[in-house]
Amino acid sequence: MDYEFNWLVLWEYRDLLLEGLVLTIKLSAISIVLSTIVGTIFGIMRLSKSLIIRLIASSYVEFFLNTPLIIQLFFWYFALPMALPGWLQSWLWAHNYEFIASVIGLTIYTSTFIAEAVRAGIQSIDKGQREAALASGLTGFQTLWYVILPQAIRIVIPPVVNQFLNLTKNSSLAMTIAVPELTYQAQAIESLTFRGFEAFTAATLIYICLTLTISLVMGKVERWAAKGQRPMAA
Amino acid sequence: MPNQETSNKICPYCLEPITREDEITYCSKCGVPHHTECWRQKSAGLTVVEKPKIPETPTPKKPSGEPIISFQGVNKWFGKLHVLKDINEEIYPGEVVVIIGPSGSGKSTMLRCINRLETIQKGKLFVDGYEISNPKLNITPVRAEIGMVFQHFNLYPHMTVLENITLAPRKVRKMSEAEAEEIALELLEKVGIPEKAHAYPSQLSGGQQQRVAIARGLAMRPKIMLFDEPTSALDPEMIKEVLDVMKALAREGMTMVVVTHEMGFAREVADRVLFMDGGVIVERGTPEHFFVNPVEERTKLFLRQIL
Ligand SMILES: Nc1ncnc2c1ncn2[C@@H]1O[C@H](COP(=O)(O)OP(=O)(O)OP(=O)(O)O)[C@@H](O)[C@H]1O
Ligand SMILES: [Mg+2]
Repeated sequence: MDYEFNWLVLWEYRDLLLEGLVLTIKLSAISIVLSTIVGTIFGIMRLSKSLIIRLIASSYVEFFLNTPLIIQLFFWYFALPMALPGWLQSWLWAHNYEFIASVIGLTIYTSTFIAEAVRAGIQSIDKGQREAALASGLTGFQTLWYVILPQAIRIVIPPVVNQFLNLTKNSSLAMTIAVPELTYQAQAIESLTFRGFEAFTAATLIYICLTLTISLVMGKVERWAAKGQRPMAA
Repeated sequence: MPNQETSNKICPYCLEPITREDEITYCSKCGVPHHTECWRQKSAGLTVVEKPKIPETPTPKKPSGEPIISFQGVNKWFGKLHVLKDINEEIYPGEVVVIIGPSGSGKSTMLRCINRLETIQKGKLFVDGYEISNPKLNITPVRAEIGMVFQHFNLYPHMTVLENITLAPRKVRKMSEAEAEEIALELLEKVGIPEKAHAYPSQLSGGQQQRVAIARGLAMRPKIMLFDEPTSALDPEMIKEVLDVMKALAREGMTMVVVTHEMGFAREVADRVLFMDGGVIVERGTPEHFFVNPVEERTKLFLRQIL
């Protein structure tokens, strides 16, 4: 082993790393927001009274949950445009389609896990809560909004935060469709300088900082959501 | 004192009113007064004045006007299980009706049909002029007129007592927060825990939680109050405080349908008692009729088991 570390290359290529980090944050943040919305909707749909809505939701979840993420990214990036009219294709290519496709892929993939967490969370709420709210004259939506979701959220937050962390790590797969996010840039530094060890160590540390930040922030959200409620009964 | 109290009571044997002049005795088991002479004849094996053989006995409070709840041949199945079999029953405004019966007999189900927490498959059910049994009917506005109290309170754990009580008035009745809170505080006063307005349910005893739940039901100014075993989950020392609130409510003329195992409450407060078994109303009548000389074998058996 006579590899000589040269950590200075990181400073030299700091702009690439920073651009990569910014893009990773953008990609993750947008996908986190969208997958939470989509996942919550599908999670609620799985508990609908209507068989059709339940079927649609469970097909969606089962299908995208059981397909590898990288295949989904390739599908949105390579296959979908071929089904679109020419003008739309060129518009997409002119507007960072690789970024859009990776947001779609990450959002859909992660939303399936979030849907499962939301469904389990709602189902864990005592059905007497729903009955009391409905009996008092609230509509189904008001019952969900004022009574069920506020209670479900604290049960749902821990598994959903795990999905946020997974999503952030999974965003590195976007490099396979040429999104110049953090992993992509680390790879670029490696190929420019042959300093793979330094580049990927830096990327690793940055990912750890990112996920720790998310955990910290969501820990605060979790405590906020639990205010006033008794510790969960086993 | 007993004379005064018995002046509007009915002798369970001859079904005639007991007057001050009559010689009366009290049932050794349940304390209900009756004519001494009637009791002697009964124990001697003689038939007293033609006692109606049908379970129905006239209600003391002669119902006036339209029934507010009307079951007409109501049938309900859970899958293959036939839980309500041809229920026919009318409940009038201001009546307190107590439903008793063994576990699994369909008491809760019958109660829950009234605000369509359970749907029925056959027959008609009218509540407050609405045909509940019509699946096209939007039940939400009807539910706003019916308060419900559950065995396990079902208070919202993430809201304070005040928020629990004001939620429906604000969201359904579109009351202002100030107005809803005024009503809530008034009701908390009435159920005896005004100091708990800002507590969370988890900080209250079971009896206090159930009183909050009653206040929550009353906050909508309902026409009917439904109670499903409101004291069954309570420690014995808390049962009284909840029953007292319910008695006060009955005295004010609230229409109440109460599923309970509290026979003392039934005897004292009910205008009518329904005994259910196997999805059928086996016997109905005044508390006096019920606890002194029930007609049906099944009723006698049940009462023997629980009294
Ligand atoms: N949601 C349901 N699905 C299937 N069966 C049910 C359901 N709810 C009640 N049942 C059944 O219907 C029957 C009547 O139940 P119900 O709860 O009305 O009885 P109950 O008289 O209130 O008894 P308890 O005194 O135990 O509360 C029982 O056999 C019960 O097991
Ligand atoms: Mg019951």
